Amino acid sequence: MDLVLEPLALGFFVRALIASMMVGVVCAVVGTYVVLRGVAFIGDAIAHAAFPGVVAAFMLSIPFYIGAAIAAVGTALAIGFVTKRAGIRQDTAIGVLFAGTFAFGVFLFSTIDGYVADLFSFLLGNVLAISAEDLVGLLLLGILVLVIVALLWKELLYATFDPLGAAASGIRVGRLEYLFLALVALTIVVSLQAVGIILVVAMLVTPAATAQMLTVRFTRLMVVAALIGIASSVLGLYLSYWLDVASGATIVLVQTGLFVIALVLGPRGVLGRRRSGQAVADALDEAAVAT
Amino acid sequence: MEPGHPSTAPVPSAHPGRQPVAHDHDHELAAPHAHAHADVWLSDVTAGYGSRAALEHVTLAVEPGSLLAVVGPNGAGKSTLLKLMAGLAHPWTGRIEILGATPGREARRVAYVPQAELVDWAFPVTVEDVVMMGRFPRLGSVRRPGADDRRAVAGALEQVRMDAHRRTQVGRLSGGQRRRVFLARALAAEPDVFLLDEPVTGIDATTQELLMDLLEAQAARGKTVVATTHDLACAAQRFQQVLAINRTVVAYGASNLVLDADVLARAYGGHLLVLEGNTVVLDDAHHHDEAAPGERHFHDNGGEG
Repeated sequence: MDLVLEPLALGFFVRALIASMMVGVVCAVVGTYVVLRGVAFIGDAIAHAAFPGVVAAFMLSIPFYIGAAIAAVGTALAIGFVTKRAGIRQDTAIGVLFAGTFAFGVFLFSTIDGYVADLFSFLLGNVLAISAEDLVGLLLLGILVLVIVALLWKELLYATFDPLGAAASGIRVGRLEYLFLALVALTIVVSLQAVGIILVVAMLVTPAATAQMLTVRFTRLMVVAALIGIASSVLGLYLSYWLDVASGATIVLVQTGLFVIALVLGPRGVLGRRRSGQAVADALDEAAVAT
Repeated sequence: MEPGHPSTAPVPSAHPGRQPVAHDHDHELAAPHAHAHADVWLSDVTAGYGSRAALEHVTLAVEPGSLLAVVGPNGAGKSTLLKLMAGLAHPWTGRIEILGATPGREARRVAYVPQAELVDWAFPVTVEDVVMMGRFPRLGSVRRPGADDRRAVAGALEQVRMDAHRRTQVGRLSGGQRRRVFLARALAAEPDVFLLDEPVTGIDATTQELLMDLLEAQAARGKTVVATTHDLACAAQRFQQVLAINRTVVAYGASNLVLDADVLARAYGGHLLVLEGNTVVLDDAHHHDEAAPGERHFHDNGGEG
């Protein structure tokens, strides 16, 4: 028990715990749409695009998340615009913007004299180093994202499942697309300090992918993904503290582990399907409906 | 032109392309009288994708209570016509009014059902979830579905006889069941105009009868139904009116007048074979129209793409 309670006496650990739990929830909620739309690559691209914003914020001595938010949201909207208007394939547009913005970040980074350890932590994440100020900023951003999803989950769901039907029924699918990209960008900003630019795509995709192995209902999928997100953040953070290893990577590894377990043993997973998994899935769904 | 008088429209021009925007007076002249009463009204509409015209000079007035089939070969512009009516595509020239307003303005009174291939059926939603989507537009962003909405969904599912499957994930449904679910979604929206893209393609005769009975009932209640179809027999037997198009209007009127060998020969060109009075369309009924730019198509075992 001491193993669990002891770290809670440490201010930095509690801050890290709160931050990771927020990251777990926000990533899972937005990630549900990311997975269903099949746009994981966009998440990865926007994460890399946040780097020049982080470096610029450092150079200007302003909070990192302001710089990151401007760069990430800007790139997200640019991806939306280029895809719609330039007549090139989306993955091509993303490839160009993704590499270009990240290169700009590295370029800016190399103009700074001396070694800047702080900035490296944004590549791989170091949630244990989060300041109280940054934590408040991240919580506010995270809550903003969750409130927007709470208001627009129906429209986002309809537009993701059947964009034509949704647009014809009066839902502003075009605007919603931009809003969705902005939500992904903000989610990434919230997650940067916890898991870093390189691993953030895992936070976005893995919990929802795991939940997909367990349920076929949208709302349950989102709830299960959020629970997985929180649980893996807490477990991963403790593991990283006990073993004295990198926190972001540990959280992602816990998520990956859970995904593999669901993939193999889940009712809709590999083995589940083999041993009349459909029946099991049906039973689970019926049970869920009954409750 | 008015329904009931099948007539010929000009042959498509050899060099389709963007044309200068015409003045409003021209359209008033093109479709006299019908304008005020029509639920669906098009006047000299030309539209397409990129620089390629899919439809040219289409003029049409559909009265409330009409049950209209849109027929024509692949690439004739059937889906484009429906998208124009739904406000999903915009005309290059000409004017369109749906329920007396620009397409999209009265969106909540219009239910559009896309071709089944345009939807990802592996999506984690149940039959009930999909039908509930028909209620979303009238709920707005803040409100959650309430008792009225659940009643409307249950009623629609009962009408299409899918109430027993309401908790089933849509990917596990057969092609015919998917069409029934999509029609239920349209019914749950309680619209005044139904725009249905291939609602009866590739489904069994019983399901087709069921869906047509439901659409007929809606038309009898004064709702306007416009459906594209590859099935000429169904168009002849179950629809009051038929619009034959091949990039422009070939014929429009009562189904028994439009669906004669001459008109069909003009609509389908080389894809038509007339054998001892029986008309055979040499057109792959399971093949959908070319995808519009940016559209994703989904094919799986249950689909009929």
